[in-house]
Amino acid sequence: MTEAFRQLAERLPTSLWLLIVPPTVWAVHFLFCYILAAVICAKGGPLQSLDQVRLAITAATIVALLIVAAAAYVAWAQMRIEGDPPPYEESTDEDRHRFLATAALLLAALSFVAILYTAIPAFMFADCQ
Amino acid sequence: MSETGPELVIADQDNPAVRAAQEERLRATWAPPKGLFLKWSDVNNTAVGKWYTLTAFAMMLFAGVLALIMRAQLAVPDNDLVSASTFNQLFTLHGSMMMFLFAVPMFEAVAVLLLPQLLGARDLPFPRLSAFGYWSFLIGGVFVGGSIFFDAAPDGGWFMYPPLSTNPATAGIGADIWMLGLSFIEVSSIAAAVELIVGVLKCRPPGMRLNLMPLYAWYILVVAVMILFAFPPLIAGDILFELERLLDWPFFDASRGGDPLLWQHLFWIFGHPEVYIIFLPSIAIFAMVVPTFAQRHLLGYPWIVLAAVGTGFLSFGLWVHHMFATGLPKISLGFFSGASEAVAIPTAVQIFAFIATIWAGRLVWSTPMLYAAGSLVIFVIGGLTGVMVAVAPFDWQSHDTYFIVAHFHYVLIGGSLLPLFAGLYYYWPLVTGKKLSDELGRIAFWLMFVGFNIGFFPMHISGLMGMPRRVFTYPAELGIGTLNFLSTIGAFTFALGVAVVVIDLFLSPRREFAPRNPWNAGTLEWLAIPKTESQDWGVRSIPLIESRYPLWDQPGFVKNVDEGRYFLPDAEEGQRELMITTVLDAEPLQVARIGGPTFKPMLAAATLGGVFIFTTYHLYWLALISGAAALVAILWWLWTGTGIIPEKPAKDAGHGVVLPLYASGPSSSGWWAMFIAMTGDATAFAGLVFGYFYYWTIHPKFPPDSLPGLAGPGLSWPMIALALIVAGWALTIAARETNARGRVGLARLALAVAAAMTAAGGLAGLAGPWLTGLNPQLHIYPAIVWVLVIWIAAHAAIGMIMQLFTLARSFAGVMTPRHDGDVRNITVYHHFLALSALITFAVIGFFPRLA
Repeated sequence: MTEAFRQLAERLPTSLWLLIVPPTVWAVHFLFCYILAAVICAKGGPLQSLDQVRLAITAATIVALLIVAAAAYVAWAQMRIEGDPPPYEESTDEDRHRFLATAALLLAALSFVAILYTAIPAFMFADCQ
Repeated sequence: MSETGPELVIADQDNPAVRAAQEERLRATWAPPKGLFLKWSDVNNTAVGKWYTLTAFAMMLFAGVLALIMRAQLAVPDNDLVSASTFNQLFTLHGSMMMFLFAVPMFEAVAVLLLPQLLGARDLPFPRLSAFGYWSFLIGGVFVGGSIFFDAAPDGGWFMYPPLSTNPATAGIGADIWMLGLSFIEVSSIAAAVELIVGVLKCRPPGMRLNLMPLYAWYILVVAVMILFAFPPLIAGDILFELERLLDWPFFDASRGGDPLLWQHLFWIFGHPEVYIIFLPSIAIFAMVVPTFAQRHLLGYPWIVLAAVGTGFLSFGLWVHHMFATGLPKISLGFFSGASEAVAIPTAVQIFAFIATIWAGRLVWSTPMLYAAGSLVIFVIGGLTGVMVAVAPFDWQSHDTYFIVAHFHYVLIGGSLLPLFAGLYYYWPLVTGKKLSDELGRIAFWLMFVGFNIGFFPMHISGLMGMPRRVFTYPAELGIGTLNFLSTIGAFTFALGVAVVVIDLFLSPRREFAPRNPWNAGTLEWLAIPKTESQDWGVRSIPLIESRYPLWDQPGFVKNVDEGRYFLPDAEEGQRELMITTVLDAEPLQVARIGGPTFKPMLAAATLGGVFIFTTYHLYWLALISGAAALVAILWWLWTGTGIIPEKPAKDAGHGVVLPLYASGPSSSGWWAMFIAMTGDATAFAGLVFGYFYYWTIHPKFPPDSLPGLAGPGLSWPMIALALIVAGWALTIAARETNARGRVGLARLALAVAAAMTAAGGLAGLAGPWLTGLNPQLHIYPAIVWVLVIWIAAHAAIGMIMQLFTLARSFAGVMTPRHDGDVRNITVYHHFLALSALITFAVIGFFPRLA
């Protein structure tokens, strides 16, 4: 089962898109959090409670982290395609593929951390002051 | 494989006479135009890149002199060297010029100059567009910079906050010069971004897959994409700003429903990525310099790509940290504070990769390396104070003080200016064939390094002691006189260092030529041969790449290139040719012909510049005439220079690789350019739509009550307009399809009807607010509706011109069923037009009913 899963991930025709999925998820999550809080606060005034915002941001954060984790899994599977060890600097299909997968995995790690950073304020503030 | 490398066996290339004849043809094809006047019609990247770099360098010196005058004024308390009004002009122009006329153009200039060499290409895909960008920059730059000699320079600070700068009573013509002059330059930046993205993605040599691309090219790709998303919001802001100044539409006027904070948002959505837009290309130079002097491959190539792409994304989540003191909800500040801390991670990753490479290699302690090391020290200090000011409570203490001035000068001089000097010393032999003086270079470095720290370090302290930014003088009682005097001494020491560099440059023509590849570097740009006419054609033959450092790793590489044993070693037809390859794996797709010398881009830039300059002085008729002239110039340029049908369908590029000479749709560079340009355009549009919803969030009731002049635009006209524009879009697609199937008559009919529909759609869009009597001077609601429909109407007008242009091309026989680039490219435009019309008319038609 897991093996079949890994093979599926390995064969996904991802190319450059895999590279920008994790940071794009970060961007969408970031904008969601910011716009949601900004609109709620603009409409509700400084004493508006953020309880519901916190709930929504928690849900959005979990979804975002799951997508990034999935992208990381695909990248990890593709990174392990058979071939010579790093650095991936041959002019071959495999090396280009593994290079993009490595970069995508690194970006997924960065995006994961950045998404957590974005979520922190939701747990620090009770209202819109 | 022998020691001298594989002989790529091509019988012809063994014969020196054949090679000499090929070189003669290449030389004739790529020869620059001669003569005092004609030479300015050159469009080759080597010529345009040099002019561009020198102009940007001159702008830097000019803006630097402005800074010295400021430092002289601030040397002692209660000084009266310059007046407060002059001082305002000095700091505004210093910041604006350094940002818009030095840092960004310098990135474009260096990229235009170096990128083709790095990619083993003979030029960029659109050399005439580069020339257009340069002339736009020169005209706009002289216009903005020259204003200070007429006491008319902008004086509202480089970020031009309203209401100070929108109010005619507090800001004169300078604000218009800033807005319109710099808008013009922003257009040329976007042109450069399009050129560079297509260059990196489509003009790489065969075999140079994404994992072998020089890191410089990765950085340029990231930065060019950032420009595409960062500059358009500022252009949207500029449009609103000028409409307020020229026509009194109240976008930033709180008394009529506007909000000055919207400008701050739009400005900083541009302004923060901007910092990375100028930092990344400079750090990219390190990625070329460090491996050369460590004499080894750069360690952590994917980590650098992570850093470049990651920084590019995260830099768009930082803008509000310039607005921490504006009273936004604390939770909003928290989001941006978090992202500001997160961006330190990728920034540090690349610095560690450089340090690791230096550590692992055998370091040659050259002059460029000295600059690189020195700038890293300065940049890291600036980065650390950046982490401090990213914390909102600290920022409230230091906001608008000299602490911030110190912070961003550490970042910008360490992260942009000094790396450029490293690049200057490193790449000067590539461009001129001669090395600069190591002795003068080192003297200059130490003057700059020491001067910089004496000048800017005390500003941290004077800032924390309470010295605000942008004051023309300060009282002695504040106790910051000594610190300021030190800063002034430091600034002049720094300037002395710059002067030594300038002297070094002037001495250069008298020096001996350096050998080829004087630093023993491994990347393609060092194929260049010092001082022969061959420089003009770029590379002798377009190589097959198998390594990140082909000059080090591929045996016999230089000889094979020089003897024309790779691709396109000849110019049989006397045409300037480029090889277009696939995005991921650089497999050959097409041999593209590119434009040669012409004055048309210069004419287009001058006439388009006229539109902006005449508008500044409210000379609307002249602006209109200039606009019409620009349209004619651009159409003339496009008609005569693009989509030319080749004399044969395909040619042999060498080694039996036969490639088509004509391409249309996604395999052509023109289609990509249209797609990329329209992405930027869509971002500007998104900025305006953001404005609409922004006003909704700040008003309890938006749209306001239905008073005369405030009610509109109704539902019927927006829907009619949408239907017409969508019909124009569908007919354009129909024209593309029927034309491709050989039904030329039907395609022409479809295009003609499409043009009528598109034009009618634009007019119907305007009819909504016009017939309901929306008065844009009354309140923000009618104003923002008007802006959106004018945006669509203007785009519909351009769309109609494109449809008619394509129709004319079809009748002239230059667009045929097989050679259909024109109709495919304009279809891309109409996809975007239809999408933005859909959004606009759905928003202005339905949102008032929902709200």
